Amino acid sequence: MNVLSATGEALVLIGTFFYFLSALGLIRMPDVYNRMQTSTKSATLGSLGVIIGTGLWAVGMGHSVAWIVQTVVVATFILLTNPISAHALIRGAYRSGIPLWNGSVVDKYGEHLKAKAEAAENEKNEGDGE
Amino acid sequence: MGEANRFSRYAYTVIVLFLIWILLTASLDRQELIFGFLLSLFVASFTYPMFTSRGLGNLHPRRVAYAMAYVPYFLWAMIMANLDVAYRVLHPKRPIRPGIVHCKTVLKSNTGKLSLANSITLTPGTITLDVDGEDYFIHWIWVPDEVLGAKTEGEHVENASRNITRPFEKFLKVIFG
Repeated sequence: MNVLSATGEALVLIGTFFYFLSALGLIRMPDVYNRMQTSTKSATLGSLGVIIGTGLWAVGMGHSVAWIVQTVVVATFILLTNPISAHALIRGAYRSGIPLWNGSVVDKYGEHLKAKAEAAENEKNEGDGE
Repeated sequence: MGEANRFSRYAYTVIVLFLIWILLTASLDRQELIFGFLLSLFVASFTYPMFTSRGLGNLHPRRVAYAMAYVPYFLWAMIMANLDVAYRVLHPKRPIRPGIVHCKTVLKSNTGKLSLANSITLTPGTITLDVDGEDYFIHWIWVPDEVLGAKTEGEHVENASRNITRPFEKFLKVIFG
């Protein structure tokens, strides 16, 4: 037991806690968008903690330094790719017509899409008139 | 933005691939290095057209310094936001006030816009729903009063952008342009 492996274990514990929070948020939040907020997000800090924690822990246990280098690379790639899927999922949810929760206060995206559709419609009508 | 010449783009791709190889193998053994370098040369020869458009220009010291400074800044923002969402999940009354807000960005390049959208999505409490030109549509778990109470569209965009996009933009503007 030394400082490195203790830090690693603490990080893994913190990561697990954030995993638990995202699972809890998945149950507690009212609609798909807010569930997305908790599930995809806490997962980043959760994964980051668990992965880098594992690296530190392994180095602290006397394994090669390669552990920490490689886990940091893995964590970086997770950070680079995770938001893409989150973005694709939430946009897909909105485009397929899942309504926002009743307590939602503002929807600028809906207004934007409507304005755009109207502009396209007007253009088409003008084109027909000529 | 003008494209750098082909050699510069190829060289940049080789450097990045070789760096990733070194980090993944985590060894400075001569055999590993030589094989990794050959592989980088080979892979880069058919991936560089889509990998980068600015080539070695990405390695400008100012850009690299800002990128280095961005990492701890971003991690800190992410941790704080994570704690904020954790509080909302654990609070018995579930204090959320979600909405989709509209932000504008000053970033010009596509890579810059992509990394801004990704940074926003990685920060808990905000997810980028769609990007249309310079307009960002962001789902926010707690829309603050100053954004909600905005009288005009312009004020709304200004207040939302100040909260969400500005903190990242000052770094990303230098790194990606």
